[in-house]
Amino acid sequence: MRKIVSLSLAFLVLLSTTVQAEDSTHVFNQITVKPDADNAGLKLLPGFGALKVADNLGHTRHLVVNAQGDIYTKIMGRVASEKGIIKLHDSKGDGKADVITSFGNYGGTGIAIKNGYLYASSDEEVFRYKLDDKGGVLDTKQPEKIITGLKKGNQHETKSIALDNDGNIYVNIGAYSNSCQIEDRTKGSLGKMPCPILDSAGGIWQFKTNVLNQSYAQGERYATGLRNVVGLDWNSELNELFVMQHGRDQLHDLFPDLYDERANAEKPAETMYAIKKGTNAGWPYVYYDPELNKKMVAPEYGGDAKKESTDPSFSNPTMAFPAHLAPNGLLFYTGNQFPEKYKNGAFIAFHGSWNRAPLPQAGYYVVFVPFEKGKPTGKWEVFADGFSGMEVVTGTRGAAHRPCGLAQGPDGSLYVSDDVKGTIYRIVYNKETK
Amino acid sequence: MKAIKFVVIALIAFLLINNQNSSATQQPSPSTMKASIARGKELYLLQCLACHQVDGGGVPHLNAPLDGSANVKGNNKAKLIKIVLNGLKGEEIEGEAYGNIMAPHKELTDQQIADILTFVRNNWSNKATQITSAEVKAVRAKKK
Ligand code: HEC
Repeated sequence: MRKIVSLSLAFLVLLSTTVQAEDSTHVFNQITVKPDADNAGLKLLPGFGALKVADNLGHTRHLVVNAQGDIYTKIMGRVASEKGIIKLHDSKGDGKADVITSFGNYGGTGIAIKNGYLYASSDEEVFRYKLDDKGGVLDTKQPEKIITGLKKGNQHETKSIALDNDGNIYVNIGAYSNSCQIEDRTKGSLGKMPCPILDSAGGIWQFKTNVLNQSYAQGERYATGLRNVVGLDWNSELNELFVMQHGRDQLHDLFPDLYDERANAEKPAETMYAIKKGTNAGWPYVYYDPELNKKMVAPEYGGDAKKESTDPSFSNPTMAFPAHLAPNGLLFYTGNQFPEKYKNGAFIAFHGSWNRAPLPQAGYYVVFVPFEKGKPTGKWEVFADGFSGMEVVTGTRGAAHRPCGLAQGPDGSLYVSDDVKGTIYRIVYNKETK
Repeated sequence: MKAIKFVVIALIAFLLINNQNSSATQQPSPSTMKASIARGKELYLLQCLACHQVDGGGVPHLNAPLDGSANVKGNNKAKLIKIVLNGLKGEEIEGEAYGNIMAPHKELTDQQIADILTFVRNNWSNKATQITSAEVKAVRAKKK
């Protein structure tokens, strides 16, 4: 208890210095932390710097920062006792977490804060914890279980979450299949028609934030035809949900007569969708070809690599990205620290590919897309690279770090989690940094 | 040219191994093991590479590594043969769960499965004994 008091005192001191440092003539927030000498090993654009907030935390997936600057990150997989969610606190104000605590006995990916509650998901449930006025969890042992009984197969089992401003929570329920083949991931096997998975997975479900024990009967299938979504974010400017779909794998392995190894490595696109109630992105019937810029009929459903889909029920993506890069984090930037062009734009954390073999793997980076009123206004560009620690990743295991989650701090810093070693990065902008 | 050479070698090796299987107790000679590994490598590239990767390292949390795996290098050959024949999903391996599935590969011949497994048992840092088509045949016959 005494520790907490002294910590919060230290924090108050820190807060007041930050406030003092603020100069009304400056539009941008002043940063109070120094980047690491090597920018935490990252390659960044001029003016940006990075530091490691913490390291070796385990499989850190998504993360969120409270108004006080404390970080909560969700750990995936089998977790040790009370190690499902890790809280990072920086008592000295140097940006380095020095008070690390944890709670929760379930592994998972999703985590978010909204209106005084911390939300976190296992692979089948969503819980919420009431926060105190310092952004701390009041009762770590007894969260409210708001959602339960979600489908979890042997693939795409993680549940990512996003919240709107009207008391709803959106949960991704990934399809437990690659392309709904009769025999999953088996050469030449055709697709089930209609795909039975879509009744309870392969989409985004909407639930209430304040109702206990909801499941399929209480929720609503908000969007469908999404194979698997890990990165998603509520765009408050547009009041709309945006998601990043992981496109299907193995076009060459499964249909070698139609797709060669190069085609396999470059198709299909990873896709961003603006989601409205009822959006259908078309999985498993179609995929998006980033070279032809068209929705194509999947080979499991009569496609021949050339046949375009003319089905009007399937939405077009907002934007297409290179194949297999695995977008695991999406964040619309609303902070005041980064230059003006970043405002309301999208950061995407790509986990990096595995399904480009035998071609080299790619995409172990964070990219930025400028947006205006919910529409991209330019091409995507690599914002932070160097996570893998190697020039060319030939085998995925070799990558030292893989970007996964994104979060924005109260001062506008961008946080990135890595789920290989459990490194938490903080990226800051400082005109003086070279 | 190389390809033709390879086919010729593979054919010879195939004939050799087939011969050998008729005398079941005989140990495979090093040269047939080498040929089996060479054939297995080609098959690995076609059938296994996508998931298990060039370096045999798999994909963290998704596809199990074959390089360094105790099962792959171990003496329980029947277990390995069954994995290739029947596929695998939802199994924890050395305390790790994998978020993908491995489909059955029943369509591969006994010899092909023997070659692939002999290759993965003797590539990267792995070193282990050969698996023969007779061993694959026996496992395939036993299962329901
Ligand atoms: C679609 C992806 C995929 C393909 C293709 C694939 N595997 Fe696998 N393999 C996996 C996954 C995923 C696991 C782990 C499954 C689990 O833990 O339930 C696995 C596990 C294994 C294991 C067990 C490893 C251990 O340490 O126990 C072996 C052996 C294996 N695979 C061999 C092969 C061979 C040989 C091939 C080619 C014929 C192959 N795999 C093709 C995905 C794949």
